[in-house]
Amino acid sequence: MDFDLTEEQRLLKESIDRFVADHARDPAAHAAAPSLWAGFAELGLLALPFSEEEGGIGGGPVETMIVMEAIGRGLIVEPYLSTVVLGGGFLRLGGTEAQRQEFIPQIADGSLKLAFAQLERQSRYDLHDVATTARRDGGDYVLDGRKGVVLGGDEAGLLVVTARTAGSRRDENGITLFLVDGDAQGVTRRGMPAQDGSRVAEIALDGVRVPAGRVLGEVDGGLKLASHVVDVALAALCADSLGAMEELQRVTVDYLKTRQQFGVAIGTFQALQHRAADMLVAVEQARSMAMYAAMMAEEADPGERRPAIAAAKAQVNRSGRLVGQEAVQLHGGIAMTWEYKAGHYFKRLTSNDVLFGDTDHHLRAVMETGGLVEEV
Amino acid sequence: MELRFTPEEIAFRDDLRRFFREKVPAEIRRKVAEGRHLDKEDIVTSQRILNAAGLATPNWPVAWGGKDWTPVQRYIFTEEMQRAAVPLPLQFNVFMVGPVIAAFGNEEQKRKFLPATANLDIWWCQGFSEPGAGSDLASLRTTAEKRDGKYVVSGQKAWTTLGQHADWIFCLVRTDKEAKKQRGISFLLIDMKTPGITVRPVVTIDGAHEVNEVFFDEVEVPAENLVGEENKGWDYAKFLLANERTGIARIGLSKQRLARAKRLARETEAGGRTLWEDTDFRRRVAEIEVGLKALEITQMRVVANQRHRDADKPDPASSILKIKGSELQQATTELLLEVAGPYALPAPDHEQPEGWNEPAVSPEWADAAAPLYFNYRKVSIYGGSNEIQRNIIAKAFLGL
Repeated sequence: MDFDLTEEQRLLKESIDRFVADHARDPAAHAAAPSLWAGFAELGLLALPFSEEEGGIGGGPVETMIVMEAIGRGLIVEPYLSTVVLGGGFLRLGGTEAQRQEFIPQIADGSLKLAFAQLERQSRYDLHDVATTARRDGGDYVLDGRKGVVLGGDEAGLLVVTARTAGSRRDENGITLFLVDGDAQGVTRRGMPAQDGSRVAEIALDGVRVPAGRVLGEVDGGLKLASHVVDVALAALCADSLGAMEELQRVTVDYLKTRQQFGVAIGTFQALQHRAADMLVAVEQARSMAMYAAMMAEEADPGERRPAIAAAKAQVNRSGRLVGQEAVQLHGGIAMTWEYKAGHYFKRLTSNDVLFGDTDHHLRAVMETGGLVEEV
Repeated sequence: MELRFTPEEIAFRDDLRRFFREKVPAEIRRKVAEGRHLDKEDIVTSQRILNAAGLATPNWPVAWGGKDWTPVQRYIFTEEMQRAAVPLPLQFNVFMVGPVIAAFGNEEQKRKFLPATANLDIWWCQGFSEPGAGSDLASLRTTAEKRDGKYVVSGQKAWTTLGQHADWIFCLVRTDKEAKKQRGISFLLIDMKTPGITVRPVVTIDGAHEVNEVFFDEVEVPAENLVGEENKGWDYAKFLLANERTGIARIGLSKQRLARAKRLARETEAGGRTLWEDTDFRRRVAEIEVGLKALEITQMRVVANQRHRDADKPDPASSILKIKGSELQQATTELLLEVAGPYALPAPDHEQPEGWNEPAVSPEWADAAAPLYFNYRKVSIYGGSNEIQRNIIAKAFLGL
């Protein structure tokens, strides 16, 4: 039982924290922020989770947690989650050797971005609800369907797409994952800004031909892989929310110390002190669960991993709601303005809340697995 | 970062699991599991079994029967004891006065009191709170005047838990009325048989006699019963309360109650199926489980972090453990109450009329659910109320 960082992890944390402090995004700016992608590549962040033989750094989920926490703290909107955590996760955990050799070096050097095209009009949080079809045609598959809210989907060079190769819409079997070129014939994309300042896309797939060599993992058996990679992403999202909560909590306490009303700092009022204390408790509970999620993310047995990750996201979501809403309330009117950063942290937390499952969804998952505590 | 225990720690845990289940009588553990009040005899029996195995006072200095355990081993010990529904050693002896005497008492006091305190040959109670001194403990008014080489104690103590069984009481008393609040307080050990002491029971909302008022009318106490220095009692009390708070999350206890509620829900019929199949109920269970897991990891972080801290100073994170731990203890007793449902209504200890041989309609365990629920409202009040803990967090962590 040990919660310390190793020496290498401490160095990684120092360098990413410094980088983020130097490049923190001004969330109020209307112009797009300058890209940090080259800087990420230079720091080795884009090579982080890949093995050393593949040109990576060999970092695990704790390293990803360190990076994502800093990304959340700096409100950074680079597609790290979609490219390195999700896209990279699919290649790491399900890619053939040829696929890994082709794509991982391009991710690591910053020349290729990925996106996971999974959500559909009817699917909501169910990974197994897939209406998009993939029909076998000679040596190819032909994909037809519509995907939405694809994180980083408009600039990704490579899409990981879920499509149905067998069974009916909500069957758990019969789902296959495909690596689809972003500019393949039949792919049309509509990018749009998201609430947290990042970019998402709707993607139409009309008769898109994908060679069989671009199937990722097992034909008809893609759900297991997708579920694991999404759990890895959920652990990363927990860290992103944790970073955002830490900073929002710090900003709020600073404000309580400086804002004067009735001739005193408003932080001297007990009604506000207790709410600030509750924020801290919520942040610490979220930190515990972000660590727990990181330590469970690579567990291959879904029976162990799923309830742990679901519990972590449920707790982080609950903490994020409380911290976000209380931060706005404790600030008062200033936090309602676009110019002030507190509101943007609130929005980041709200966005993360609904990514890959809200609180109800994950509590249901905890429930369905039978829970976390049994009699000894 | 590593969540798992080492193989040695797992072996340590398994040994304790076996010991608790084999050596502590099942009848005592059943009462604890059901949340029923224990007799004096139950508590004494259980503690003497632990003490005979050298397990009653692991938190004490090794020279006085403590164990040179790592923080992780101590954590495992407490967790396993709670999960096995073994009564915790009497906290007034083991976590309060024992460590204070070991740290601040003289050799004579250590010899006289520590072995008997460990074995529960002396039952201690705590004389801190007063009618006018609750959260604001330092405003206490019980006085001890020095006369002819003795202290003469007059005043009133409140909320004296299990004082009806006590042989001795450790008290905070005011020895200097002129000094500022915290400065004029001393830590005094008083034999409950001394003339002038009256114990009056206070029955709580669960119908139980757990707490008392203790009155002191010109009670003569030998000067040798002073612990440490005169007027330094507040420092010793702070040391003691810090000890009290680290164990206060009681994760193992909440886990045991939650697991039990789940089992009972699977055995309980509701709406033509089992209560466990009711998704509204199961959702509430899931919410509590998530909060409990988060607190368990928070507690593990505090435990693991102790290696980097001054061992005598409590981690300020203990306020977080107190707030969330007490909320979860209350949530689990509330859950058990919901499982019992209407069968929680009959009070325990009702008499069986002669000649009545009908099988009971209510399940046997259900009459303990409501008293336990009522009783556990206390946990967010004692040990520094949760509002006091928020004050501590605001001041110590946030600098407000």
